[in-house]
Amino acid sequence: MRTTSSHSIGIAPSEITPEHKFLSRRAVLAGGFGIAVAQSFGRESRAWGQDTEAPLTFTRNAQYSVTDTPNSFKDISTYNNYYEFGTDKSDPSEHAQQFRTRPWSVTIDGECEVKGTFNLEDILKPNPLQERVYRMRCVEAWSMVVPWVGFPLADLLKRFKPTSNAKFVKFFTLLDLKQMPGERTSILDWPYTEGLRMDEAMHPLTLMTVGLYGKVLPNQNGAPLRLIVPWKYGFKGIKAINHIKFVEAMPQTTWAQSAPSEYGFYANVNPAVDHPRWSQATERRIGGNVFDQRRPTLPFNGYANEVASLYTGMNLKRFF
Amino acid sequence: MTATRLTATRFVVKPLVFIACLGPAIYLGLGAFGLWGISLGADPVHTMLHTCGNWALKFLLITLCMTPLRDLTHMLIWLRLRRMLGLYAFFYVILHFAVYIVLDQSGQLGAVWQDIIKRPYITIGMLALIMLIPLAATSTAAMQRRLGRRWTRLHRLIYPIAVLGVWHYWWGVKKDIREPLVFACVLAVLLGYRIYRRYQIGAHLTRVTAQG
Repeated sequence: MRTTSSHSIGIAPSEITPEHKFLSRRAVLAGGFGIAVAQSFGRESRAWGQDTEAPLTFTRNAQYSVTDTPNSFKDISTYNNYYEFGTDKSDPSEHAQQFRTRPWSVTIDGECEVKGTFNLEDILKPNPLQERVYRMRCVEAWSMVVPWVGFPLADLLKRFKPTSNAKFVKFFTLLDLKQMPGERTSILDWPYTEGLRMDEAMHPLTLMTVGLYGKVLPNQNGAPLRLIVPWKYGFKGIKAINHIKFVEAMPQTTWAQSAPSEYGFYANVNPAVDHPRWSQATERRIGGNVFDQRRPTLPFNGYANEVASLYTGMNLKRFF
Repeated sequence: MTATRLTATRFVVKPLVFIACLGPAIYLGLGAFGLWGISLGADPVHTMLHTCGNWALKFLLITLCMTPLRDLTHMLIWLRLRRMLGLYAFFYVILHFAVYIVLDQSGQLGAVWQDIIKRPYITIGMLALIMLIPLAATSTAAMQRRLGRRWTRLHRLIYPIAVLGVWHYWWGVKKDIREPLVFACVLAVLLGYRIYRRYQIGAHLTRVTAQG
């Protein structure tokens, strides 16, 4: 059952995992970043790409960070796909500036015990933030390295007590034709939806993301709440999430529905399975010069040690 | 056409058009090295690839506009520009292909060959490029004289080439087909005009024969 008012998720502050326990052994405290800066969620006006972007309090998770040099803030925040704001890579940064991310509520329902519509602040409050530098591999065969700030999706999902019927999680982007001009076109079926199998959703690498480069996520990168699944193609990382649903059957997802022969539900990064119209064996790292060589794409985007076991016995050519 | 107008065409109009047509290539060349403050964005290779392909198609369509423009304006200058514009279409196709091989695929010819045989949209793009070669090679006045009527017939290849080019673009885009759709509509009008003319001339001849 859905309720419209915001109410507590039902977790006492004392139950919140203390930050020091939460972090892995190797995690280090971020030096100058997080010191005594109050969390600044809920600010009214923001300008992206400026120092006025609200800084976040977080710690660095070194265990889950790659050592590659991250792409510049400019590249990450001006070159991405977000069809709700247009189909050019520069459209999101140009057209998402007026997008209102507050107030924001997230509805959680389906196969779980705790349901309802919650204020974003209540959703986020119990979760200490971490910075993780992840590889990002787009299905279009380009890649970036991005310092995201977020928290494990598992920590969020567990609080809603999914039942044994919950085999998958489905995510929905906000449907708002006024604010998201792309949703007025018929390029995709709106709202954008994505999904994960329960074990994928609960994997510690799967990140509910609220920040970039130590600051609140720019609108064009999926503010206020987006998903990052680093071993999957970027389109799995649904943006501006306002609804999470626990479901029993594998959910229909936007790209898989739009072109089933080209985009699968799993969408694991896999150099051995080509997109029908281009090879996935190599990728171009954004931010280099024009003579840079393509680099080989790694199985599971380089996260095979962590996640390959989730797919033991599965034919990944069939379930691409 | 008077001698002065011919001179004006040769020494003023043609050089100006020539320089203007070079604009996109110069822009990309400067942008590739970040000169003059020109930036090609976060993925410059993709920008170069797309811009060259886009201009190749534009020049193909512009070339196909010359005959209708002559018919509409009764000015011969359009036909005097046609060869140069057609060669520019070829030039941008070659640049598009070169960027694809050298920069996009880092010269990995094996990967390029796999693309050409495995991916239909690349196959038809390649086919269009190959079909353009004899047209470029026979573009000189001497070849035109030598081939006579066969030249005209050979150069009708431009129609299937334009269709393949637009198709290549349409098939290559991920989802948003609005831009290839614009190209397809313009091409449809230009090809439709040829069919209409043919029908008109045919009808006219029938009328003349009937009256005679």
